[in-house]
Amino acid sequence: MNKNLPKWVDLGVIPLLTLALAFGVSGLVVLSIGQNPIEVVQVMLQGAFNPFGIGHTLYFTTNFIFTGLGVAVAFHARLFNIGGEGQAGIAGVGVAMVMLSFNWPHWTIALLAGTMAALVFGAAWAAIPAYLQAKRGSHIVITTIMFNLIATAVVGYLLVGPMQAEGSLPESPRFPAGAALPSLHDILAVFGMEFDKFAPANISFFLALIAAFLVWVLIWKTRLGYEMRAFGHSERAAVYAGISPLKITMVAMLLSGALSGMMAVNTVQGEAERLVLGAVEGAGFIGIAVALMGRSHPVGVVLAAFLFGILTQGGAELQFTLGVPAQMITVIQALIIMFTGSLENMVRIPLEKFFISAGKKGAAT
Amino acid sequence: MMDFLTNDLLQLSDSAVRNATPLLLACIAGLYSERAGIFDIGLEGKMLVAAFAAGAFSAFAGTSVADGGWGMGGNAVWIGLGAAIIASTILAMIHAFASITLRGNQLISGVAINFFAAGITVLLGQYWFKMGGQTPQLREGQRFDSITLPFARELQDVPVLGQIYHDLISGHNILVYLGFLVVAITWWVLYRTRFGLRMRAVGENPSAVDTAGISVVRLRYSALVITGILCGLAGAYLSLGTAAAGFGKDMTAGRGFIALAALIFAKWKPVPALWATLLFGLLEAIGNRYQSVDLGFMVLPGQFMQALPYILTVVILAGFVGKAIPPKAGGEPYVKER
Repeated sequence: MNKNLPKWVDLGVIPLLTLALAFGVSGLVVLSIGQNPIEVVQVMLQGAFNPFGIGHTLYFTTNFIFTGLGVAVAFHARLFNIGGEGQAGIAGVGVAMVMLSFNWPHWTIALLAGTMAALVFGAAWAAIPAYLQAKRGSHIVITTIMFNLIATAVVGYLLVGPMQAEGSLPESPRFPAGAALPSLHDILAVFGMEFDKFAPANISFFLALIAAFLVWVLIWKTRLGYEMRAFGHSERAAVYAGISPLKITMVAMLLSGALSGMMAVNTVQGEAERLVLGAVEGAGFIGIAVALMGRSHPVGVVLAAFLFGILTQGGAELQFTLGVPAQMITVIQALIIMFTGSLENMVRIPLEKFFISAGKKGAAT
Repeated sequence: MMDFLTNDLLQLSDSAVRNATPLLLACIAGLYSERAGIFDIGLEGKMLVAAFAAGAFSAFAGTSVADGGWGMGGNAVWIGLGAAIIASTILAMIHAFASITLRGNQLISGVAINFFAAGITVLLGQYWFKMGGQTPQLREGQRFDSITLPFARELQDVPVLGQIYHDLISGHNILVYLGFLVVAITWWVLYRTRFGLRMRAVGENPSAVDTAGISVVRLRYSALVITGILCGLAGAYLSLGTAAAGFGKDMTAGRGFIALAALIFAKWKPVPALWATLLFGLLEAIGNRYQSVDLGFMVLPGQFMQALPYILTVVILAGFVGKAIPPKAGGEPYVKER
């Protein structure tokens, strides 16, 4: 938080300005590959919000809320967890293993079991990098990236070996019917609302919103959250205050991994109903952009996740209609990370100067 | 046994050298940056963009004018190399602007650069070549061919030494030899020149350098220019100097991060960097050669062998091979005292 700037500038104007810059440069990239930016925006919005698209948009939003919260929680303890991709991948393995072990009588039990599996496996995959960071000072950015690559190898091995279904495709058997989660269509039908029957969005969307609320409670309303933030602000001061770096690093990273892992409930259990290769599809990385844009605040994360949901679904439409590769979204994501995360001072420094001089004038009169 | 030694071992060492070259160039690139006090997670992205620029521009330049190219024949490969260096250096300068001038978060800037590279290479590749993000297969003159050193043929029948000379030392492309040269030059620059001394100082104690009347900003920018150039060479090697002979989507495959791990393993020193990257190169060679390994009591699957360099990276970072102390001012933006 900055003393030179009013709160509304710090939390409103700066994020919007940096976002505008990121979109501006994205527009230049669109021009450079011979497309018309206005047409691209139209196609994307249309693709994201039409009756068929919105169910996908919310499905992707769910993933990004989870991974974004994961990165955000770690950020509060000043830990940069780039491992969401691997943590979600391994959580998918956990969800699939649990789902395939029983003949689930009812989806509520299956959802509970799936959630537990996703939390535990996601956290477990974050545990080693967290421990190495806390105990041996191994750079968590590099170790989590390595764990992403190792996770890819593990999932690849399992899906052509021990967990492979009969046949030649690298995927697990289909989960029993009792494991299927209610889709948004089913839920809204209870209230007499229409929703696309084939949309992948499911009950996990509400889990994601609950998770966002719980993260808010944890970070701002509990002692543990306070310790995490204190540790994030100044490790030395935190240690002086009796806060254990090992504990905070482990807790923050396990929570971060568990939250990222939760997206497996949405994708593996809710949508595919089996484990497939590459189920995470970069959502773990998008979580970084989401957390940065959302200022690591749960409300910001939910809003940023929705934006990225629109971008992802709109990007799929873009590929379908105009033949623009899906990597367009990767570029936009990179530019948003760049402008909101690292080039922020480009906007902040001039604004600060403006407000300081305005403040002086105000004091003089 | 003799067969194993002469054939397998020589071939493995030979591939180790080939695999190590891009790692070595990227590792030394990271050395300049980190010794000057700037974290560079974006080596991966710079290499990827360089590999793409090299593949694309070598293809443009080497295609005949009649087919819409620039008709530069055998010189095409140099155009590719130049494009790689320029592309990589542009990204290095963006990183420099973000982390030195704007004092932004260096990790985040590096991560953004990696994503940007992963996206833009496929976007432009698809727009230019319509091959799903790949660049066209490069022909002779568009890529670096292996160089046969003097007397290699004549000496190849001499047992052991002649074989080593012919199979291992001779027969690489120019970038491999350049990689070794870069190590020697870097050692000299770092420990025997004024620039090297100042660069090391700026990574440890920038305010002392500033007090001495030397510009911290200029030193750090210079170091990052070198980082950009070397990442350009590393990337160009992947598309112009390997059997791939062209750019493929995400072809760096984590090499930028492995190079960083090697840098830590080497304790930010040039000569140990050579050994560290050779070790990673050897692991990669073993992983490629032995798809699965039967240990008697269990069989190590191919995926495990492929993941070996990543696992070793974690082990090294865990400090199980000695404690590594990074440059003190690394990652901290320098704010002039007023």
